[in-house]
Amino acid sequence: MSYAGWILLTASLVGLSCGFIGALLILRRMAMMADAISHTVLLGIVVAYLVTRELSGVHMLLGAIAAGLLTSVLVQWFHSRGVQQEASIGVVFTSLFAIGVVLIATKVGNAHLDVKHTLMGEITFIPWEKIELPWLGAIPEAVFILSLVLIVVVAVILAFYKEWKITSFDPALAASLGIPVVLMHYVFMSLVSVTTVAAFDAVGAIMVVAMLITPAAAAYLWTDRLAVMLGLSGLFGVVSAIAGYYVAVWLDTSISGSMAFATGIVFMISFLGSPKHGIVAKFIRPAVPSA
Amino acid sequence: MLPVINVNQLSASYRKNKVLDRVGFEVRPGTMTSIVGPNGAGKSTLLKVLLELHPKLSGTVSFFGETYAKAKERIGYVPQRGSVDWDFPTNALDVVLMGLYGRIGWLKWPKKLHREKALEALDQMGMADYASRQISQLSGGQQQRVFLARALIQDADLYFLDEPLAGVDAATERAIMDTLKLLKSKGRTVLVVHHDLQTVEDYFDHVLLLNRTVVAHGPTADAFTRENIFRTYGGTLRWMEGLSG
Repeated sequence: MSYAGWILLTASLVGLSCGFIGALLILRRMAMMADAISHTVLLGIVVAYLVTRELSGVHMLLGAIAAGLLTSVLVQWFHSRGVQQEASIGVVFTSLFAIGVVLIATKVGNAHLDVKHTLMGEITFIPWEKIELPWLGAIPEAVFILSLVLIVVVAVILAFYKEWKITSFDPALAASLGIPVVLMHYVFMSLVSVTTVAAFDAVGAIMVVAMLITPAAAAYLWTDRLAVMLGLSGLFGVVSAIAGYYVAVWLDTSISGSMAFATGIVFMISFLGSPKHGIVAKFIRPAVPSA
Repeated sequence: MLPVINVNQLSASYRKNKVLDRVGFEVRPGTMTSIVGPNGAGKSTLLKVLLELHPKLSGTVSFFGETYAKAKERIGYVPQRGSVDWDFPTNALDVVLMGLYGRIGWLKWPKKLHREKALEALDQMGMADYASRQISQLSGGQQQRVFLARALIQDADLYFLDEPLAGVDAATERAIMDTLKLLKSKGRTVLVVHHDLQTVEDYFDHVLLLNRTVVAHGPTADAFTRENIFRTYGGTLRWMEGLSG
């Protein structure tokens, strides 16, 4: 495949995984947790590197899951002891992220893991870092990892679809029906973590938040059905990623920046034009019948 | 006969304030009990502690002589309407179906049979025409009926309802009370957190007056006396002057 082809494939995989996970994040009112985890996975990656001295995919994923779970456990712990939820998120993620930054600067200086890379991502290098796989031949490692994560994300969402729905909509009822709400929460946080770290290389810690939240927020405006919202969210992610890439080539600017910007454009279009919740529709048809 | 619920010396706190202090009571099968008390008396917390949604500090609770975990399938719960996000992308039928999620089981999807059951429950609440309506497009009363339909479909022996009559129209109030009476006539047990003291005598055969602890509990005619209400609410109720008893 061509250089641009690999980049577009990488970006689309990021768009799909982030779109699907993002839809659930928004409905579970956890957008801020995505921001937090996107930063703290850095600590997970650094620690995984310090332990194994390897920057390979599997170690990074495991490190990220550990960091993501640590983040959500700590946030919950502080919150249950009287710290406000938002403040608790702010305190936990900045502290863990800071430890990651300090460790990178002091211990991992020569590895190709630096703060700028982790914040902004570097999708342009992805097509060159290939691994050999049976049957498939040489494919970029990031594409392999992202495909794996996408399969896991889709499988887990589909397998527990009704459980995700009920624990998002009415956790109290879910618990009273015997559905393990807390376990589902931590499984979800793990999914957020692996999605984030897989998308990390491509778009970096800051832009991954845009990929997680914005397409999902746009999809929410177009539909009243969860399944449709999930699909649209993934689609918007892919469209933003591809459009962002071409804008970046055209303007000769940052690819991850353009992709995040493209998600913003998709959102603005939805915000103005969606038939049910859009500004224009509300202007034309001001009252919602409540009968 | 074995009591449906047996609560003994139950205490719980909420953000370091003790909201339930050595609560104890027994509920007989086939009764309809209203739980009343002033704001902050611990009514909702009591339900949540009984359903193990909120931790208890001490005390024991049993349902049908068993632990909650064992009796779970026989217990239905209707949370406060305001406790969920009604902008969630789903429709009325789907919300009712959720009542069956525990029974459908892991890795399985709702089938046509489940959908028919859900539609039946909606119909019972006079909501069949709204099955495919997005839930944010329903009025408050209609949303509460959807919640009731979801409880009906659970087909439980014991129901807890948290303020099901708060902020609903008169027609919904009638529909809900008819449904609860129907459940009672089938021998099911119903406990309702209730806010309207004026309807307690008309609607419920038992009352539990709660203010951090049980002030009075028993058949409405015996327990819902002026003196007991006064002890529960303190001097905050003016309308009580006109109350008989």
